[in-house]
Amino acid sequence: MKLGVLFSGGKDSVFACYRAMEKNEVACLITLVSENEDSYMFHTPNISCTNLQAKALEIPLISWSTSGEKELELGDLKAAINSAKERYGIQGIVTGAIESVYQAARVQRIARDLDLWCFNPLWQADQLDYLRLLISMGFLVIISGVFAYPFDASWLGAELTKERIRMLSELQRRYQINPSGEGGELETFVLDGPIFKRRIEIVKASKSYANYRGHFCIEEMRLVEK
Amino acid sequence: MHRGDAAGGKMILVLDLCYEMNSLSEYEFVHPIAETLKRSGFCLEVMHYKSMHRGMHSGMQKLMHCKEIGKNDMDMDMDGLEKFSRVILCGTALKDNIYLEQLDLFHWIRDWKKPVFGICAGMQVIGRVFGGNIVSQPAIGLEKIDILEDSALMGERREIEGYHLHNYGVTLPDQFRLLAGSPVRVEAFCHEEMPIYGIIFHPEVRNRWILDRFANLVY
Repeated sequence: MKLGVLFSGGKDSVFACYRAMEKNEVACLITLVSENEDSYMFHTPNISCTNLQAKALEIPLISWSTSGEKELELGDLKAAINSAKERYGIQGIVTGAIESVYQAARVQRIARDLDLWCFNPLWQADQLDYLRLLISMGFLVIISGVFAYPFDASWLGAELTKERIRMLSELQRRYQINPSGEGGELETFVLDGPIFKRRIEIVKASKSYANYRGHFCIEEMRLVEK
Repeated sequence: MHRGDAAGGKMILVLDLCYEMNSLSEYEFVHPIAETLKRSGFCLEVMHYKSMHRGMHSGMQKLMHCKEIGKNDMDMDMDGLEKFSRVILCGTALKDNIYLEQLDLFHWIRDWKKPVFGICAGMQVIGRVFGGNIVSQPAIGLEKIDILEDSALMGERREIEGYHLHNYGVTLPDQFRLLAGSPVRVEAFCHEEMPIYGIIFHPEVRNRWILDRFANLVY
């Protein structure tokens, strides 16, 4: 089955892509570039960097612009998926949804309307187990944004390691944060992994942070042979 | 001590109803059920419904031995099911209704005396096996569910919210009681005499307690 992966460049969509590639053919990646930083559906930090990730993965990318306004952006998502269906003949889509019923239900409806299969290979996964699996399999993940108390600036640009997962586990226990960040607490960006033909090296980046909200902005990066 | 002991000292069979063995859908519709039961301490085995008859699932013994006595008819030996204390029939992707074309692979449910629990696609299978009809009934997302009577599976009468993901429902077969929903929109049912249950929504999303209750059923 030919599939299109809804792709933000973060760990969940990359890992969903990995699982889809194990079982099926991933014909394209689909990225929604939102003009709204607080998009309800679409991850925003470093979203323009998915272009280089697609090159690293050697999978075609459909990059689609959206205003990011609630509900209107769903029309844009539908148009992007329909474009993937027409251009690449995809029969289904793949998402990195874990717990979000809000996101999952909306994508399921779009898939139904377009007569496509919908796969959520991380659905209901134990989040800490999933994070441990991710790094044990060789995915190199950095924190590209924080958006909740008590994340401080030290998280920005930090690699997701066993120690960071231990810290996330502690924050989950103390503050009920969602350790995978699906609740919008944090965002990630993937630089390397078993499905990457080449890895991504960050050449230049900057940080901005205030009041438990910050971005790690990748300004320059390049592909490196593995 | 594994809570398999509480479930009759035997394993729970988690049956994958997805379109093919080891499909991408297995992560979404089978693993969450299996993981929930494992976290609660129950022993279980996962198997694809087609491998029940072919014994093809790697590393697993044949669940049943059957010989063809007609083109679509099977004579089954229930010995292979003995090791299990109960069976859960999992759901499938919205576009996946292939299981409905292979109902002869599920007729064993009528003769098995131990608890069976069908989720979404699994409920449709149970309904069809006992004479219910598949009806168009699309639903996606969280919806209110009216629990109409007390039961071992769903507890006391009240309203809950459950995650729905289906294009079809099933009518209430003869000999079944409506546990939740309405006669034209069956959310949950149970057999009047046998420990057979079905729910059309997905308990692995926000209602994992239903899986625990099924695993702990006394019968």
